[in-house]
Amino acid sequence: MALLEVNDLHTSFFTPAGEVKAVNGVSFFLERGKVLGIVGESGSGKSVTAYSIMQILEKTGKIVSGSVKLDGQELVGAGEKVMKNIRGNKISIIFQDPMTSLNPTYTIGHQLMEAILLHTDRNKKQAYDRAVEMLKLVNVNEPEKRMKQYPFEFSGGMRQRVMIAMALACEPDILIADEPTTALDVTIQAQILELMQKLQKEMGMAIIMITHDLGVVAQMCDEVIVMYAGSACEQGTADEIFYNPRHEYTKGLMRSIPTLDNEGEKLHPITGTPIDLLNMPKGCPFAPRCDAAMKICLRQRCDRMTINDDHVASCWVNVRNSMENNNQEGGKAK
Amino acid sequence: MNKQPLVEVRNLKEYFYVNTGLLKSTPLKAVDDVSFAVHKGETLGLVGESGCGKTTVGRTLLHLYKPTGGEIWFNGKQIKTRQDVREFRQKTAMVFQDPYSSLNPRMTVSDIIGEPLDVHKLYSNKQERQEKILELMNRVGLNSEHANRYAHEFSGGQRQRIGIARSLSVDPEFVVCDEPVSALDVSIQAQVINMFDELQDEMGLTYLFIAHDLLVVRHISDRIAVMYLGKLVELADANEIYDHPLHPYSKSLISAVPLPDPKRARENKRIVLAGDIPSPLNAPSGCPFRTRCPYATDACAETMPELKELSTGHFVACHNVEKIN
Ligand SMILES: Nc1ncnc2c1ncn2[C@@H]1O[C@H](COP(=O)(O)OP(=O)(O)OP(=O)(O)O)[C@@H](O)[C@H]1O
Ligand SMILES: Nc1ncnc2c1ncn2[C@@H]1O[C@H](COP(=O)(O)OP(=O)(O)OP(=O)(O)O)[C@@H](O)[C@H]1O
Ligand code: SF4
Ligand SMILES: [Mg+2]
Ligand SMILES: [Mg+2]
Repeated sequence: MALLEVNDLHTSFFTPAGEVKAVNGVSFFLERGKVLGIVGESGSGKSVTAYSIMQILEKTGKIVSGSVKLDGQELVGAGEKVMKNIRGNKISIIFQDPMTSLNPTYTIGHQLMEAILLHTDRNKKQAYDRAVEMLKLVNVNEPEKRMKQYPFEFSGGMRQRVMIAMALACEPDILIADEPTTALDVTIQAQILELMQKLQKEMGMAIIMITHDLGVVAQMCDEVIVMYAGSACEQGTADEIFYNPRHEYTKGLMRSIPTLDNEGEKLHPITGTPIDLLNMPKGCPFAPRCDAAMKICLRQRCDRMTINDDHVASCWVNVRNSMENNNQEGGKAK
Repeated sequence: MNKQPLVEVRNLKEYFYVNTGLLKSTPLKAVDDVSFAVHKGETLGLVGESGCGKTTVGRTLLHLYKPTGGEIWFNGKQIKTRQDVREFRQKTAMVFQDPYSSLNPRMTVSDIIGEPLDVHKLYSNKQERQEKILELMNRVGLNSEHANRYAHEFSGGQRQRIGIARSLSVDPEFVVCDEPVSALDVSIQAQVINMFDELQDEMGLTYLFIAHDLLVVRHISDRIAVMYLGKLVELADANEIYDHPLHPYSKSLISAVPLPDPKRARENKRIVLAGDIPSPLNAPSGCPFRTRCPYATDACAETMPELKELSTGHFVACHNVEKIN
């Protein structure tokens, strides 16, 4: 049994303009100690997937169907009491924007200790020691002095490390990191990624890494989910996704970034604009922007198709190619 | 490539005075003694950590800030008098980072692009103004039927195009691009990067391209300059600096770039620096990098190393560069 099993998750926001289908059938397994990456363009549903797992959606948001199992325990519909116990204890999250998730009016020490007191049965003294220990762990210098300081006295990189300290203080089984390094400089980003890798190895923690930076994914992740318009259009091991992409959106994404090899060449942007989640088309959500789209792509969504043991994708091009291969082989046999 | 400098700065300084007590103010040396040239038709990339002074270099170089010290040369002529500055401004432009906040949402696209034309009186009648605007919109790939729409009706990539069209309206020779793609999604980034390339070919533009994404900078730049805490620490051809960085800071910066390639990323030996960037109000003596530098010696605390040409076109400011490499 995997540590976390997400099955056909659907989450919508019910707005005056209609139902926004933000997550549209996401499924995955996360094993202990593994790093899963979620990539996709802005608005593709990465954060909402994370918030659904934690059940911290805004009021208008609702898990419409699907299942989220932690260690075999069903979380969808389990109720707020159960979730309170899970959040911070079993699953922690580092939010996209560290500035808004630290309270500017309390000291760093107060906020760290509060998180620890809330989620563990440590007393105040123990919580203080643990907080100092965590600050040391994330390389904040002079931690005792830093405990008394306020968020504005910390640099962006330090605040982000404090967020990590806070998320890890209760030794969660799963850490969800939502764009943990996007706002940071490359050298500070390297510090944080290395720290996360070290902690993941030492604590045996699993990580869900949400990012739009394919470099970060390549460096950190064992498995990758590529999201487009709320669905997982493709998922598999990092090597499969990078070296053998099988969805036209993923292929486009790989062609559109500067790498060490395409220097001096033209990049190949994905043209067109993202679809309107209020008006989902019948067919493949990427079809309106896809150069390889066929008639069937506009009419019907492609089911998940197994590419190999490490790889599934939902793209009609694969179906066509395998049919052509079969035909050819059939032809040869005759 | 033509190696004639179009823009050159010599010992450029920009200090901001920051109140640090009731009656005390301390100079924040945002740019301190920086010299480089941008050649005609080239793209010079400028990289470095947040707060190291990239934007300030760009703005001071364009005389949007009055330099605290140093010289700015354009086309072989030093910019000195107010008249010089006025003429210089007409031949230069800046593209800003944030396509969301740098455009006035209550103005139509046509007014946004037309504003610099009005300021510099670059047309003789309304008809000519309108023609220029439509031509600029075409040039950056905007549908000219949208001229009367408002900026907020456009997507991020389209807004960045509006900003670029506006910058190009004065028909500049030199453009400072300050993080022009950082706020955009990767696929839209690619569109805008390609457009910068095409505009350079078509109009013979020269760019100073500021960005923190090193793969983007390498893709677009002919040469790259690396800054640290207000100083220029290394300058070389884009490939040279990427393949053979000589300054300890550039080495760690380049090794830290996450490569979108799992096998390479696994093999990549990252040099992870300890500690944070010092405050520019309290910059270390001597070499600004010495507090984080694994190779620092006593000499590093005493004097600022000069930018020296180590091999043709490869400049480095480090006391120990020969020992390290
Ligand atoms: N409270 C809400 N009400 C209505 N729609 C929402 C709400 N929150 C999110 N959405 C929509 O759900 C979709 C998915 O949003 P989400 O925040 O998960 O995107 P994301 O992939 O995390 O993007 P980014 O990379 O920009 O963070 C978006 O189209 C967004 O507009
Ligand atoms: N108008 C100003 N007044 C006072 N200090 C300033 C001003 N503009 C910039 N600074 C300071 O000068 C230093 C350099 O800032 P600058 O904006 O040039 O950095 P940057 O390299 O562009 O950083 P980023 O990558 O974050 O954009 C910083 O310490 C900044 O706080
Ligand atoms: S001058 Fe000294 S401190 Fe500066 S980079 Fe070179 S070795 Fe390091
Ligand atoms: Mg998000
Ligand atoms: Mg800047």
